[in-house]
Amino acid sequence: MNLYDTLFWFLSAVSVGCALGVILSRNPVNSVLFLVLTFVSISGHYILMNAQFLFIVNLIVYTGAIMVLFLFVIMLMNLNADVEPQKGQLVQLAGVVSGGVLFLVLLAAVKTASPVPIDKASIDIGLITNLGKVLFKDFVLPFEISSVLFLSAMIGAVVIGKKEESSPLPSGE
Amino acid sequence: MPVNSTHYLFLSLLLFSIGIMGTLMRRNAIIIFMCIELMLNSVNLLLVSFSKLFADPNAQIFVFFIMVVAAAEVAVGLAIIVMMYRKVHSVDINILNRLKH
Repeated sequence: MNLYDTLFWFLSAVSVGCALGVILSRNPVNSVLFLVLTFVSISGHYILMNAQFLFIVNLIVYTGAIMVLFLFVIMLMNLNADVEPQKGQLVQLAGVVSGGVLFLVLLAAVKTASPVPIDKASIDIGLITNLGKVLFKDFVLPFEISSVLFLSAMIGAVVIGKKEESSPLPSGE
Repeated sequence: MPVNSTHYLFLSLLLFSIGIMGTLMRRNAIIIFMCIELMLNSVNLLLVSFSKLFADPNAQIFVFFIMVVAAAEVAVGLAIIVMMYRKVHSVDINILNRLKH
């Protein structure tokens, strides 16, 4: 067992264990921290596959920006394990069974896939030089459109999150 | 047994199924949102491993765009959750089902 395999099994164990921690921990803050660990281990998988650009983007955008946003929102709402709503045991069991059955069905579908060894020859495919050339030659229009998407998302977030001053509280509910 | 494409396939399937389980199990809207992020990330992992497999950089560009869309989605989604929290003082999805009535 060489270093690649050892690191793969270690990172896989960390990601699956922390993903289970996300859905099992009562406290939402712990869930967020477990999800950060999951994303860090997935970034480790990226660096293992020499996708260096995606490694750093995943680290900055997901664990640096998105998860901190989640953490801010959870701390803003002052959520903790005491106010955490819980589903009934039966519904939780049904959720686990449905997820497990989906896993089994997908596993049965890809079970016969022929194992192809991970290509160690193409080492420079995930470097930023290579990806930048592809991005600005073949995908320049989607790249520009995504900037419009970001602008609309930003405006939408501001408009939705703005405090309504004069709206009366719904009394009928 | 050296690591090959099937290992990555099974790992991302497992992460995706855990995300589905979390979505079905929890009642906190933020946790459900986080499970959706987990599912997106498992798909990203599979795309990167296939990109490595076939020596094709286009898949990694797709992962980049998925991250872009996820970031926009999180901004709008969290704004909606904050707005709902301000109105009903809860993130319990059993309270947020007014579209049903």
